[in-house]
Amino acid sequence: MPPDSPPAAIPAPELPTSTPPGLIALFVAFAKMSLAGFGGVLVWARRGIVDQHRWMTADEFNETYALCHFLPGPNIVNLSVVFGSRFRGIPGGIAAFAGLVGPPVVIVTILAALYARFGEIDALRRILAGVSCAAVGLLISAVFRMMMPLIRRRDLVGLVVLLAVFTAIGLLRLPLSAVLLVAIPLSIAITFARHRRVTA
Amino acid sequence: MNSDESPILTLVWTFGLMSLFAVGGANAAIPEMHRVAVDVRHWMTDTQFADVFAISQMSPGPNVLIVTLIGYSVAGVAGALVATLAMCGPTAVLAYYVSRLLTRSSHSRWPAIIQAALVPLSIGLMGASGLVLALTSDRSWAAALVTAVSAVLVFATRLNPLWLLLAGGCLGFAGVIG
Repeated sequence: MPPDSPPAAIPAPELPTSTPPGLIALFVAFAKMSLAGFGGVLVWARRGIVDQHRWMTADEFNETYALCHFLPGPNIVNLSVVFGSRFRGIPGGIAAFAGLVGPPVVIVTILAALYARFGEIDALRRILAGVSCAAVGLLISAVFRMMMPLIRRRDLVGLVVLLAVFTAIGLLRLPLSAVLLVAIPLSIAITFARHRRVTA
Repeated sequence: MNSDESPILTLVWTFGLMSLFAVGGANAAIPEMHRVAVDVRHWMTDTQFADVFAISQMSPGPNVLIVTLIGYSVAGVAGALVATLAMCGPTAVLAYYVSRLLTRSSHSRWPAIIQAALVPLSIGLMGASGLVLALTSDRSWAAALVTAVSAVLVFATRLNPLWLLLAGGCLGFAGVIG
């Protein structure tokens, strides 16, 4: 569809074909996505919700995810609650949340118990040290990937804000809440001012 | 701080509050988790924190489950459950109400502005996470090299990240990382 068409003119998007999922279906679907999701569940959530079950169109999924991304907290957890409650109210939200978090929490708790018991074994220590070095690399590459659009747009103001937050939290190790209470209003004010200049 | 406070209660309000400040998701809150768990509360050592991060990355499920591991180390199974619910609950309730509000009045441009304003913040937080974790994990030049190589490989190729974690584990086992 053309990007400039007003929202009101859009005919009802091809409605997802299958019937709205029940509570058990929500739980099972989110449990499957979650258990498949090593190092991030988002890809699997999109695949399950849009491609496999056709519970949402790709656009609806993107909108829902954008909403959950701008809210604080674990994005995919927010997504499960918003998604489940859209179909089945609060019980649906809880079912999807329980599916997403429940089974992996059981696995992680077992791993935690094993770590508490065997964490001092030398071979395990060395393996975990190696894994954590590689895992930090994954995180750093994700940061650079997210920075690329800002660099491409030559978004200097955005990069300055980014660097300021990085310095306050990463180098000065200030408390998160204090930094955000300053940074969020400031960044919104800057964005709003630039937005007005562009649209004016 | 009050030291005879119940550890469960401390977990509830620590992670409940953190949940509402975790702009950019769980990975962006890692410096704060490290600050609280290692520096302020002394729940774990630097090395244990790096281990816990490694375990959470190797496990299936959302990244937020690192708090399950921190909770377990503080107060066992009950601590694991409480920390997880405290980190997910408040923001889940918030998400529920905001999504209902937005479906009713979706003509405002404020969501777009707020979202654009939060993007550089959350990248800055993630960058800080990378730095904090690199300082806790990379204790030798070889370790830093493994981090750098895995960052470049994931950035430049479509390799499944799980292979890099596996390779890191093998190098660690072989004693290369020291």
